[in-house]
Amino acid sequence: MIHFVLLISRQGKVRLTKWYSPYSQKERSKVIRELSGMILSRGPKLCNFVEWRGFKVVYKRYASLYFCMCINQEDNELEVLEIIHHYVEILDRYFGSVCELDLIFNFHKAYYILDEVLIAGELQESSKKTVARLVAAQDSLVDAAKEEAASISNIIAQATK
Amino acid sequence: MLLLTLLLRSVGFYFFTSSIQNPESNNSYTAKLEQLKTIGRELAMGSQGGFGQSKEFLDLVKSIGEARSKSEEDRIVLHEIETLKRRINEPDIPKRKMKEYIIRLVYIEMLGHDASFGYIHAVKMTHDDSLLLKRTGYLAVTLFLNEDHDLIILIVNTIQKDLKSDNFLVVCAALNACCKLINEETIPAVIQQVVELLGHQKEAVRKKAVMALHSFHQRSPSSVNHLISNFRKKLSDNDPGVMGATLCPLYDLIAIDVNPYKDLVASFVNILKQVAERRLPKSYDYHQTPAPFIQIKLLKIMALLGSGDKKSSEQMYTVIGDIMRKSDTASNIGNAILFECVCCISSIQPSPKLLETAADAIAKFLKSDSHNLKYMGIDALGRLIRINPDIAEQHQLAVIDCLEDPDDTLKRKTFELLYKMTKSSNVEVIVDRMIDYMISINDSHYKTETASRCVELAEQFAPSNHWFIQTMNKVFQHAGDLVNPKVAHNLMRLIAEGFGEDDDAADSQLRSSAVESYLKIVDDPKLPSAFLQVICWVLGEYGTADGKYSASYISGKLCDVAEAHSSDDIIRAYAVTALMKVYCFEKSAGRKTSLLPECQLLLEELSASHSSDLQQRAYEFRAILDLDANAVENIMPLDASCEDIEIDKSLSFLDNYVHKSLEQGAEPYIPENERSGTLNISNIINRNPYEHPAHSLRFEAYEVPKLVVPTKLSPAVTYPTELVPVPEPSYQPTVSSGPVSDAGSGSGSTELRLRLDGVQKKWGKPAYSSAASSSTSNIDSQRTTVNGATQPDNVTSKSREPRQPHVEVSEEKQKLAASLFGGRTARPERKQSGSAAGHSKVSRTTNHGEDKAQPTTVTTAVQPPPPDLLDLGESSGAASSYSSTVDPFKQLEGLLDLSQDGHAVTTTTGPDLMSLYSGASTNGQNQNQNLNPLLNEKDNMNGAPNPSNRTASLTKGPSLKDALDKDALVRQMGVNPTSQNPNLFSDLLG
Repeated sequence: MIHFVLLISRQGKVRLTKWYSPYSQKERSKVIRELSGMILSRGPKLCNFVEWRGFKVVYKRYASLYFCMCINQEDNELEVLEIIHHYVEILDRYFGSVCELDLIFNFHKAYYILDEVLIAGELQESSKKTVARLVAAQDSLVDAAKEEAASISNIIAQATK
Repeated sequence: MLLLTLLLRSVGFYFFTSSIQNPESNNSYTAKLEQLKTIGRELAMGSQGGFGQSKEFLDLVKSIGEARSKSEEDRIVLHEIETLKRRINEPDIPKRKMKEYIIRLVYIEMLGHDASFGYIHAVKMTHDDSLLLKRTGYLAVTLFLNEDHDLIILIVNTIQKDLKSDNFLVVCAALNACCKLINEETIPAVIQQVVELLGHQKEAVRKKAVMALHSFHQRSPSSVNHLISNFRKKLSDNDPGVMGATLCPLYDLIAIDVNPYKDLVASFVNILKQVAERRLPKSYDYHQTPAPFIQIKLLKIMALLGSGDKKSSEQMYTVIGDIMRKSDTASNIGNAILFECVCCISSIQPSPKLLETAADAIAKFLKSDSHNLKYMGIDALGRLIRINPDIAEQHQLAVIDCLEDPDDTLKRKTFELLYKMTKSSNVEVIVDRMIDYMISINDSHYKTETASRCVELAEQFAPSNHWFIQTMNKVFQHAGDLVNPKVAHNLMRLIAEGFGEDDDAADSQLRSSAVESYLKIVDDPKLPSAFLQVICWVLGEYGTADGKYSASYISGKLCDVAEAHSSDDIIRAYAVTALMKVYCFEKSAGRKTSLLPECQLLLEELSASHSSDLQQRAYEFRAILDLDANAVENIMPLDASCEDIEIDKSLSFLDNYVHKSLEQGAEPYIPENERSGTLNISNIINRNPYEHPAHSLRFEAYEVPKLVVPTKLSPAVTYPTELVPVPEPSYQPTVSSGPVSDAGSGSGSTELRLRLDGVQKKWGKPAYSSAASSSTSNIDSQRTTVNGATQPDNVTSKSREPRQPHVEVSEEKQKLAASLFGGRTARPERKQSGSAAGHSKVSRTTNHGEDKAQPTTVTTAVQPPPPDLLDLGESSGAASSYSSTVDPFKQLEGLLDLSQDGHAVTTTTGPDLMSLYSGASTNGQNQNQNLNPLLNEKDNMNGAPNPSNRTASLTKGPSLKDALDKDALVRQMGVNPTSQNPNLFSDLLG
């Protein structure tokens, strides 16, 4: 089971956090501090795994962004590494060559997508296409709502002219 | 307007530069026109920034991004919290505005600040009818609330409603929220609906319903137990996504109890076979591997089902063999499957053929250059040696390499492997190494773990007493405060009881060597408390036993300890009791005894100590000083720490006294369990002629240990009439009327409480309390014996077992260990060194060379200083200095330039576009190799270039434009990330 997902920039800035196991806000900050200290200082050729407090943290660096997932001792690290990549590929497909900036400003969208990939700490969907379809369905509804709002505001704008 | 002009300028600039540099390129021209249109569109959105949020929010994100230190970031966030607190409570906030506030709350919370003031608004938003808002609301509450939060009760109703919705997206959002928010109490409210959704026509809903049911099961198995059959049914769902999701709960269920699922073995094997034969839709392929995540989950399940079950295992052999043959060892995901196969093989009933393939796979892992694969190889080796210990032999060099690797993770894993393969023949080398490693690390979690492993191995396999004591000394010296206190007690017991053989000579030799080694290190000022306790106890008990050291010498050392640790009451208590023992042993042996002056001083000091425990010990010691040798011998018999002490729990020696009191008209004692509640107790008080009404305070004090009393009293229940509440005038004349019925019964437990609080004894019989204190904390000898006698700990039994194997260490094993650990140089020597002492020396010396090499590698690993997390600017010195001198527009120009090149090249060298592109987008840092690691990363991951990726990169043609759009947008908003973090624009996927 995945206990949490962290996205940290090379400077140690938090870009996204998702907690599947209960952690208090205080613990969260501590976890992030500890892990960013450990992971960001690791050299490029070392393992993508860190043992931490009896758990294992699997991380992978994409450009300047580190994707980290904390898993149980008995989980398969290579698989989790690929789950991270799976998520990044989906993000890439969604944003169109995703970059850190996309995630900074659209962190809520990254959350929505993560919710379609992982649920309660387990991988729920391993087909990129299915995830993309679902996210698109949600977005189209959102767009419809937006257009509606825009047309209303147009009407108002014209009326008040 | 300013914005517009700025924009025009920048676009004009593009136009200008590009036409100069590449006048014939029409492509880029249209691209830029396209871009101009996009920007125009964005501008038309007015205050709406490019990413769909207001300028204000984008400014916030921007300023956080530019914050140079954590404190600056905190200040910005605190300011934002203030703003939001004010705004969010304004009346009539438009819904869209509210949605943005909620997202801002999420942002605050994500950065580690408390946004609880806005939780209620997020909850309210889930009630909204519009899906857009509802989704935001659900997202926020799932991020904010834990399952035990009070607000959840307000959401349950909405979830119920949404689960019934016609729109499957609403249902999906509600199910997502279910997984996180529905707790044990609220499960019944939704479970029926969730079960119904298992049959929903949309596969996305079915899948989420399965996962929701799974999370309910994790939270409260009892409330879902009757629905478990649903999981079995969903296994045959015709959507592979639902089937894959169903494997998660099934795995958990099978891990709890295998037996009810044995009949599914055939189905799982069948599914796995179909997956491996690519029967699933193409969309489940991942890097050309058919549904690898489903394969891995299935292999995990099969490992559980086949464990110790020959029949089931045999069904699996073929399919596992097939998968291993087919797996693509060049890709990461292929190796993940391979690893899972090895795990499965090591768990099910062994098959020689599969074991062989597994061994080959491990060999491949270990020989690989990738640290990840080495790590997996070590892990897999650890699993396989349980079945076939010989397999480690062929990999010894690889294992030793990993042990000396600068990568800490790999090293730890290797130590875990060594721990698993420890035998009495190689224990010394391994434990020595582990201790060296333990000393070198700072991480307290792993220090503790390594220390306890060392202790465990030493207890289990110790080749000699001397070695054992030395090892324990080292462990305690370096990690004494981290190891479990039980370990200290085990050590004391081990020294007291010996190794369980009826060999008194060996036992006393063990004790002498312990005393000797302790006397050597006792002056070290930095010893951990737990270790000093052991030292004091051992010195007190056995310091003078072999006659080597005089009583005054030992006493002197003990006084030093007490003096050096004047702030640690526990150590002082151990020391003073040890002093008392030394004195008693001397006296009962008939030798001339005199108390050292410093000992006198210590006693005087402790008699006035603020700790009543220390005070009591001092007074007891003083009382003993006045007794004659005979009495002393009775109180402190020599080496009696292992003898049983009889305790008369029924207090029968008081019977006479009780009878007398009863005859004099005292109230009979009523056991507490026959009274009920405070009411009855107050009745007793009222009935009690001795009780003054003013004693309410004392009454409170006796109330507390209520829980303890019934069990303590249980033996007394047989004499209900004899145990009479009696005041104790003889002992405590001043409070004669005070202690009523509970005084006798409760004093044992109240005593403990009171002493802990540092309050001096005020009530309770002195005789009783001394007994209580000695049983709780005082004379450890008694304590350990009582424990040892009543419940022999498994640790001692463990330490007994391996004695025999040690005597007849098989030559083959010894050879393996010898060759495994530096024995390459000293093998013949090793073989003849059968005797324990000689053995340990040899191994230590051979080990030395390697030890020396090790620390240097460790330091090099630590060398690179961790990047300053707070300062953005410093992060990459080269890049920032570069970008600070270069005009951002220039960079863009370069970007365009390269992109044109890219276009030109596309036709000829398609596959290279990707690398070119990523080079282009990360133009700012081309100079710095390090900053463009993505390509390397990619290479590492997929040894062979991947056609699907290639097509993706080709379709990314327009993404070039995307990047430009983004760049322009962000610039328009005033964000200029290149100066801060040149990588912000670089494509995550390269």
